[in-house]
Amino acid sequence: MKFTSSTRISALFLSVCFAAIAHAQNAAPSAAKTPPAAPAQAQPWKSIPIPPLHEFKPKEPKRIELANGVVLYLQEDHELPFIDGTILIRGGSREAPANKTGLVSLYGETWRTSGTAAKSGDELDEELAEKAASIETGGGSATTSLSWSSFKQDFDSVFGESMDLLLHPAFKADKLQLAQRGIMTSISRRNDDPGEIASREAARLVYGANSPYARQAEYSTVLSVTLDDLKAWHDRTVIANGIIVAVEGDFDSAAMETKLRAAFEPLQRGTLIQTPKVNFPGPTPGVYFADKEDINQSTVEIVGLGTQENNPDYYALSVMNEIFSGGFGSRVFQYVRTKLGLAYDVGGAFGASYDHPGVFRSEVGTKSVSTVPATQAVLDTIAKLKTEPPTADEMRKAKDQVLNSFIFRVDTPEKTLNEQIVLAFYGYPPDFLEKYKDGVEKVTAADVTRVANKYIDVSKLAILVVGNKSEIEPPLSQLGKVTDLDITIPPPPGKPTE
Amino acid sequence: MRHRSWTALALLGALGIATAVPAQDLASFEKRTTVKVLPNGLTLIVCERPEAPVFSYYTLVDAGSADDPQGESGLAHMFEHMAFKGTDKIGTTNYAAEKIALAKVESTYAAYDAEYRKLVGQNAAKLATLKKAFDDAQAEAEKYVVPNQFAELAEQNGAVGLNASTEEDSTEFFWSMPENRLQLWAYMESARIAHPVEREFYKERDVVQEERRMRIDSNPIGAMVEQFLATAYVAHPYGRSGVGWPSEISQVTATEADAFHKKYYVPANIVIAVVGDLKASQAMPILEKYFGAIPAGPKPEPMTTIEPKQFAEKSVVIREATQPFFIEGYHRPDYRDPDDSVYDAISDIFSNGRTGRLYKSLVRDQKIAADAGGLSNFPGEKYPNLFAFYAVPIPGQTPDAMRDSIHKEIEKLKTTDVTDAELAMFKTRARADLLRGLADNEGLAHELAEYQTRYGDWRQLFHELDRIDAVSKADIRRVANQIFIPSNRTSAEIVFQPPAKPAAANAGGGL
Repeated sequence: MKFTSSTRISALFLSVCFAAIAHAQNAAPSAAKTPPAAPAQAQPWKSIPIPPLHEFKPKEPKRIELANGVVLYLQEDHELPFIDGTILIRGGSREAPANKTGLVSLYGETWRTSGTAAKSGDELDEELAEKAASIETGGGSATTSLSWSSFKQDFDSVFGESMDLLLHPAFKADKLQLAQRGIMTSISRRNDDPGEIASREAARLVYGANSPYARQAEYSTVLSVTLDDLKAWHDRTVIANGIIVAVEGDFDSAAMETKLRAAFEPLQRGTLIQTPKVNFPGPTPGVYFADKEDINQSTVEIVGLGTQENNPDYYALSVMNEIFSGGFGSRVFQYVRTKLGLAYDVGGAFGASYDHPGVFRSEVGTKSVSTVPATQAVLDTIAKLKTEPPTADEMRKAKDQVLNSFIFRVDTPEKTLNEQIVLAFYGYPPDFLEKYKDGVEKVTAADVTRVANKYIDVSKLAILVVGNKSEIEPPLSQLGKVTDLDITIPPPPGKPTE
Repeated sequence: MRHRSWTALALLGALGIATAVPAQDLASFEKRTTVKVLPNGLTLIVCERPEAPVFSYYTLVDAGSADDPQGESGLAHMFEHMAFKGTDKIGTTNYAAEKIALAKVESTYAAYDAEYRKLVGQNAAKLATLKKAFDDAQAEAEKYVVPNQFAELAEQNGAVGLNASTEEDSTEFFWSMPENRLQLWAYMESARIAHPVEREFYKERDVVQEERRMRIDSNPIGAMVEQFLATAYVAHPYGRSGVGWPSEISQVTATEADAFHKKYYVPANIVIAVVGDLKASQAMPILEKYFGAIPAGPKPEPMTTIEPKQFAEKSVVIREATQPFFIEGYHRPDYRDPDDSVYDAISDIFSNGRTGRLYKSLVRDQKIAADAGGLSNFPGEKYPNLFAFYAVPIPGQTPDAMRDSIHKEIEKLKTTDVTDAELAMFKTRARADLLRGLADNEGLAHELAEYQTRYGDWRQLFHELDRIDAVSKADIRRVANQIFIPSNRTSAEIVFQPPAKPAAANAGGGL
């Protein structure tokens, strides 16, 4: 439902300059609001046969654990003549020091662009481009990674370069500066797009501005990162027992296992990086406002604390999510977009993460003058999750939606491989997905009502609005006490505020 | 071409791996791909790829924003939204009654609109009365609506990636589903092409206005690009806002949307590709039954407007409290031009990752930009379009510095041959990109429908590599000298300007 004529460039710029903020906005079924179809109206689709699905066994990867703790996953897939691999390394930005926020991003970029002791990153760029191959490194919240991709006949050379980069990186000053310029450009632009402001500030409200899950890089923290920091991070995290290797593509597993063993068995064990113990008190309730005078639409985020995927209530919460916001038929889509016509972008979810609470987030984008009514409409929809139990129709649709589309979680060898790596990384059982399917099947309307009552408390949510103050009428104070957020970007050390 | 496209054939021959893997060449696709043009003119493509029990489809309607009638910008996009509102059977409790109610919505709107648009003598009281009649008519029609039933039915049956997009050249609809829902999908898709109902039209207009506010008005780059295109074109509709100018979005009618559908959503103007776990022998009869029933209509006449030759350099300067950007574009011919692949080569050599010339020059060596690249075929490819260059300055750098550096790189391209290595990398990447796209139902359905539409033959997806292989260094210099000249140039830039209003007015709380 988008027009793409002039968004192509924005996407291009944004994908490079900013962390992409993609939130799926889809929502799910309307309960009592949908009038029953009159018998007079023909419903020909109901008589269309739905035969049993062709038999299918998802391709599960082969798992091998080496004596030193390295875990290998091999997924043969002979459809195309390529081999792709990823080395996942425990430790990410949440484990990095707060006064060096940005370190892991800088590491992820500088690692690859610097190259190895034997070959500069620039030389590597040219060499790989000639083969239409790639080697890339990156840093995330819980991990860093090194991944490669090539035609299968180039595997030995490209994998060889990848291992060299893993074992003999040469962090270089000019490439660190290049990465720093990139992040500083992003910092300078972070208040240009209201969606980016909202997403960032919402995370800070939920987790706290200094939380490892929300803190943001500043000019000062980025400039404080040194080559020694990068080297120290590398030495600390690249240890056998912190590594998972996943390889997928056109190879013979036995031969590949031999190559990978030879490459990874010499790695030494080390002390695993410790994930900091963090408190999750949730946001301080209230209305928070960031003023932006050059826009005509408010971006509203209503946020609170979510849950973890290993919560036994996760299945019921998943069904609740479908009912609340899981698609075109969901309550929030039906009400705020279709019925009221107040938004294009509306959605949300009671979010879950693997090893820490996710974010319970609802968002809506609406013209300045409808900021209060649109926010109220979303709040009402949230509150009704408790007061209006799901109807039989809603339950059926929500579960059908999850279960009938379940095949798309396992329909490619790549997806099942990725799933297994993520589960292994967070210590989840390998049959987690299968259990999820069974769990969702068993969820009842009573379960959904129970979890809605247990987890949803509108009075604990924070409302964040990024908008144009001069246009917002009625005022936000109708929603509660308003706190103005200062989103001024702190200038680089030694420079005045612009 | 902006879509990847190139021959696996040559590659597989060169590598000698044709027997080692399931063949991914044209010959293998010939065996698995069936095309049928139905008597009503609609083209169906079925491609068998039985890797998992799912399928993806891609419906391409060969009409987009460029086809919006004068004064109705945004209509193609508006209609795309309406295609999710259901049919005469889906989304209604009683279509017979709803139809009458919807007719009343149109007549009351027309009356209100006539008064609203009066330049002289508009009567406020009359306007209010007419508005009320219109509102009442809408409320009456809404009684019969089962909101979002169409999309809900798809999602309930396991559809994922359900969406649509309106481009300048075409409008696309797509999703993926478990293979046992093929017939259900064929019913739904054919029904919304043949019998869409413009229900809840005037509320959806508001939704689209919000989409515009999000993508253009409240997004500095979206707003800049809109101005850039409006300046680059004087005659051709590529210069018009694709999502629509606000005044036109707010005045377009369901009657106009109906007329657009009648003219452009005719079977002869539509190609549908289905890829996945299906057999053409079994699937085709089902598809024929449903899609063959869509009433035929004449293929719309091709557009007469051709953008006249530009003879004066043009520029747009936006001064606002937003970080700087720079973009410039040069008019180039459409995708059928014999030099089309030469433009691809230039785009690739200028902007492919860390080996791209603009990255090396502006980002890595001169240290003045965070990102820079070139774009062929902007904003579309069906009609003469723009070859664009852009750069994102790092803090402290200006658009002028971007412009100068880009011009130096362009000058180099005009005076010195690209290297053998650069040309070879482009050709190798083209081959690899084609191959990588072949193992994905969704992407394949898109490519097959796109090539079938643009060339009348999906095989061009594979043949295109021949044209790419033929690109020479001399071609690149020749084309660069032809089009990258000042009189053919339009640029747009954002220049940072601190907010005029004093900080004090900005402070204060308690809205």
